[in-house]
Amino acid sequence: MTAYLLNRLITGLATLLVASLVVFAVLEVLPGDPARLMLGMNATPDAVEALREQMGLNQPVPLRYLDWIGGMLSLDLGKSYTYSVPVLDLVKERVAVSLPLAVIALVLSVAIAIPVGAFAAQRRGRAGDTLSMGAAQIGVAVPNFWFALILIYIFAVWLRLVPAGGFPGWSAGVWPALKALILPAIALALPQAAILARVTRSSLVEVLGEDFIRTARAKGLPFDRVLWRHALRNALIPVVTIVGLQFSFLLAGTIIIENVFYLPGLGRLIFQAITQRDLIVVESVVMLLVASVIVVNLLVDLSYAVVDPRLRAR
Amino acid sequence: MSLLSINGLRVSIGAADILKKVDLTVEPGEVVGLVGESGSGKSMTALSIMRLLPHGARASGSVLFEGKELLAASETEMCRLRGDDIGMVFQEPMTALNPVKTIGEQVAEGVRWHTGAGRSEAEDRARKMLDRVGLPAARFPLSRYPHQLSGGQRQRVVIAIACALKPKLLIADEPTTALDVVLQAQILDLLRELSAENRMGLLLISHDLAVVTEMSTRIAVMHSGEVLETGEPARVLSEQRHPYTRQLALASVYVPEGRRLSSPLEGEVPPEAAEGVASALLSVENLTHDYPGQRASLFSKASSFRALDDVSFNLEAGRSLGLVGRSGCGKSTLARLVLALDTPTSGTIRFMGETVTGRKEAELRPLRRNMQIVFQDPYGSFDPRHRVERLVSEPLALLDPVPSHEKRRELVAEALHQVGMKPDDMRKYPHEFSGGQRQRLSIARAIITRPKLVVADEAVSSLDVSIRAQILDLFADLNRRLGIAYLFITHDLTVARAITDEVLVMHEGRIAEQGPTAAVLDNPQSQAARELVAAAPDLRKAIARRLQ
Amino acid sequence: MTHTATPHGFADFLARAFASRSFVLGLVITAAIALMALVSFFWTPYDVTKLVVQNRMLPPSWVHPLGTDQFGRDVLSMIMVGARNSIAVALVAVGIGMGVGVPLGCLAAARGGWQDEAVMRFNDVVFAFPALLSAIMITAVFGPGAVNAIIAIGIFNIPVFARVARAGALAIWPREFILAARAAGKGKASITIEHILPNIATMLLVQGTIQFALGILAEAGLSYVGLGAQPPMPSWGRMLFDAQTRMMVMPTLAIFPGLAIVITVLGLNLLGDGASDALDPKLAGRR
Repeated sequence: MTAYLLNRLITGLATLLVASLVVFAVLEVLPGDPARLMLGMNATPDAVEALREQMGLNQPVPLRYLDWIGGMLSLDLGKSYTYSVPVLDLVKERVAVSLPLAVIALVLSVAIAIPVGAFAAQRRGRAGDTLSMGAAQIGVAVPNFWFALILIYIFAVWLRLVPAGGFPGWSAGVWPALKALILPAIALALPQAAILARVTRSSLVEVLGEDFIRTARAKGLPFDRVLWRHALRNALIPVVTIVGLQFSFLLAGTIIIENVFYLPGLGRLIFQAITQRDLIVVESVVMLLVASVIVVNLLVDLSYAVVDPRLRAR
Repeated sequence: MSLLSINGLRVSIGAADILKKVDLTVEPGEVVGLVGESGSGKSMTALSIMRLLPHGARASGSVLFEGKELLAASETEMCRLRGDDIGMVFQEPMTALNPVKTIGEQVAEGVRWHTGAGRSEAEDRARKMLDRVGLPAARFPLSRYPHQLSGGQRQRVVIAIACALKPKLLIADEPTTALDVVLQAQILDLLRELSAENRMGLLLISHDLAVVTEMSTRIAVMHSGEVLETGEPARVLSEQRHPYTRQLALASVYVPEGRRLSSPLEGEVPPEAAEGVASALLSVENLTHDYPGQRASLFSKASSFRALDDVSFNLEAGRSLGLVGRSGCGKSTLARLVLALDTPTSGTIRFMGETVTGRKEAELRPLRRNMQIVFQDPYGSFDPRHRVERLVSEPLALLDPVPSHEKRRELVAEALHQVGMKPDDMRKYPHEFSGGQRQRLSIARAIITRPKLVVADEAVSSLDVSIRAQILDLFADLNRRLGIAYLFITHDLTVARAITDEVLVMHEGRIAEQGPTAAVLDNPQSQAARELVAAAPDLRKAIARRLQ
Repeated sequence: MTHTATPHGFADFLARAFASRSFVLGLVITAAIALMALVSFFWTPYDVTKLVVQNRMLPPSWVHPLGTDQFGRDVLSMIMVGARNSIAVALVAVGIGMGVGVPLGCLAAARGGWQDEAVMRFNDVVFAFPALLSAIMITAVFGPGAVNAIIAIGIFNIPVFARVARAGALAIWPREFILAARAAGKGKASITIEHILPNIATMLLVQGTIQFALGILAEAGLSYVGLGAQPPMPSWGRMLFDAQTRMMVMPTLAIFPGLAIVITVLGLNLLGDGASDALDPKLAGRR
């Protein structure tokens, strides 16, 4: 098992390293002169030179990369050009919105999908199966930001139950803050849950066709007990894989949904940075998001070892 | 009152009748063998008793267990019976256990469910049962997972699950088909003992006449959904009252015409060999092959597994050499090396006087056209996307010059003719043929370049006995007419006797014994060969023993 | 021994597919949307580039079946032209994914060893960049444009197809007919072309429809946040963005483009589901 864990850990770190090279190459090497790009065509040569100096662009590329990576590791993300504050402070503030949103949405989608998937597999071919999977089929096709608009229309505009957007900040108290995150979380979670429910069902149905299910039935266990005790844990292996893959979609979804609800999260930050051509902020936030995708996939790999004893032996 | 009494059982799925008329009884402590070819309805009969038929299957007639009608029982009543009074063992031990639960949990689960015993009490009973089936807790703790056990050991766990509550009836559906003969003998012994100990009725389902004849007090012969006749095995098989029984019995011990007398022991040597071929067609010297193993950690060197260890032998032109042994003994590895589909770790292979080992793919072409292969699986050996013409003509690309389109078609037609198929068949897709026909096509592909050597890797193992007899005839016939030499890999000693002149017994990557087939199999000298022969089911011997 | 039921030939596959309700329904929907996009090249009810201010924000009527937007453009016409954009982006993106991913996957499966490892690690890296992040980076450097969306979604499709092709090819390689081909002297390249590709083609097509649907969704998301097609080119995502602030006055502006996305994606998913059931009859009804 240690070999497996170690192997995954090293692979994860290597992926992170290569990904950082990609981010650096696209945002700092590809544009030629990032300072010129940031200031636009009308900037004076003096201003460009000053920014070049501040960003350390006069150094050779490998050195710049090492500086950047070193800064990241020591939590020095540089200083935002437009806001003139350390990027780390900006990011910290925004993560406090984006991370809870992503976590709530993930938990919500798993909590909905697995029971629904199991319910459908249990009633395979019957009305309950057809209905829930038909709903899931439609749910998969719904873009989360459109779903968000509809939720806003129903719950904020029409019923006036929750605010239509904005975020009071955690300082305003946990409940008002959570209230502002409910609709965005639902908008993110339901389409994801639809995909996950379909995966859960098809994985369960496949496992239910395996030989060992027949062995368990021949022991005299009733079908439902076999489903929960024997099939579900085996069926979870592909489900966990999909949860990992979905995380990157969820992250992208978070960025878009924040724009629908005017939430001051990383998504808003990155779009403001793009409009203002603040490459320093874009670079840091992209790297942070890429790193989180890699870490989540690493966690998924590790969780296989918990679910599947065959991996523990390695 | 019989323990189990089946009367006029019918099962249909949709419009198809799977079982037409099944009548069968099992008395307490009795071993009843249910024998038949694939598709005869043996497994469906078993699943009907368990009431575990696939969705959409309808059963009618009567299945009485201790006088109680099972076909009318509720699901709750069936759950009470399954695993408590009726146990079942399945064919495929590799997949019959839940991979994420320990063997202890899986044996104890049924005990807890049926008796309401507490965890520690159930585990205690599980430990005793696993000990009884030959998995003592000292070496096989309850915390083992299925993937940590071999196939034979897993089958013991499945038997422990089925017998944990001392059922009155055990249904064993091809319990040893996936195991090699030595493991088969051990598992069959275990089943026999368990049946005798607890006066447990045993319904043993098998395609192998020899196995059921050795094991059973009565056998039932099944064919296309019907039980044709029932009775004491030796009597049924010697009287052969039903024509199908006769066909089955004959096919089970079939030896192709012309080979029956040519056994070297009886003096006559096939003409090709007698004409004195100076050098061997195939000669293998000191062949060793290692497979890389799993690395224990990132930093340690991968340990390797030695599949072949210093193997040497010769095969002369036109002769048939059998390669027998337990599963995992290195038979198939040897076949791949001989065909240059893999490169050996060390040693030399010479074919038609030329060295095969160490050649580049392009330099192998002239040799490849003289050696071809026939596989076990008539379903997997053809690309389902191509027509027969293209599939059978594939090796023709090895000829220099590559024949023209018309010539290729002619050669395919001729090859099809030689294996008893029609030239028109070349326009069809492989799925349009039966298993036996596909094996003929597979042979047609192998002989189309007129090779000197054909390697047959378990080429008749997945065929029903009656089809197997026909294919063995074809092999013998091609050997006689075209002088093709065979390297015949098989786990089935009956097949080795039927088709080979000489035999190599392999054991753990080494050659344990070699010599004329009849001599080795009648009078084995090495420990490995003796074990193999003793474990192999033999229908003639089984009947003889029964008739004494 | 298990025999996996493999479909025999494309005709057989089609016959089974046409027997599936979801395949037929999906085909009808997809064909209708594709037809709508095609027709928009020659004819739309109104010109979408012409702004008629006096007609702005009209509710659905006989003259404008789906109403008009804030510039007085006909919503139905815009949805028709938007379909063109969505389909083009998703189609090219799937093309990029297949064109690069399938050869990579086949190579990995055929060669194994370090080449396989390299392809897998490449996949890991690309998977860490969701289409949205790639689009953000590209836009930050090159400015916004429709091509960004194509490249970003296309890149993300590469590892998807590489994985599917690799997994499919790895399942075919140990089959006996491959050994027979090798015994007939065929090399790895010609085995891949003659035996591997035809046997994974249907599987790749099924994945293609799934990625197509995801591509439509991703394109809508990107153009919603302004990283995709730029005005005045109508796109479904952009229409939703514009509708958002006017939702209290005119909710239909947000409903119709959204429905267009849902119906298109639903049609493609149904098509893919029906096709994959036909591909593996054993799995039929499992989704």
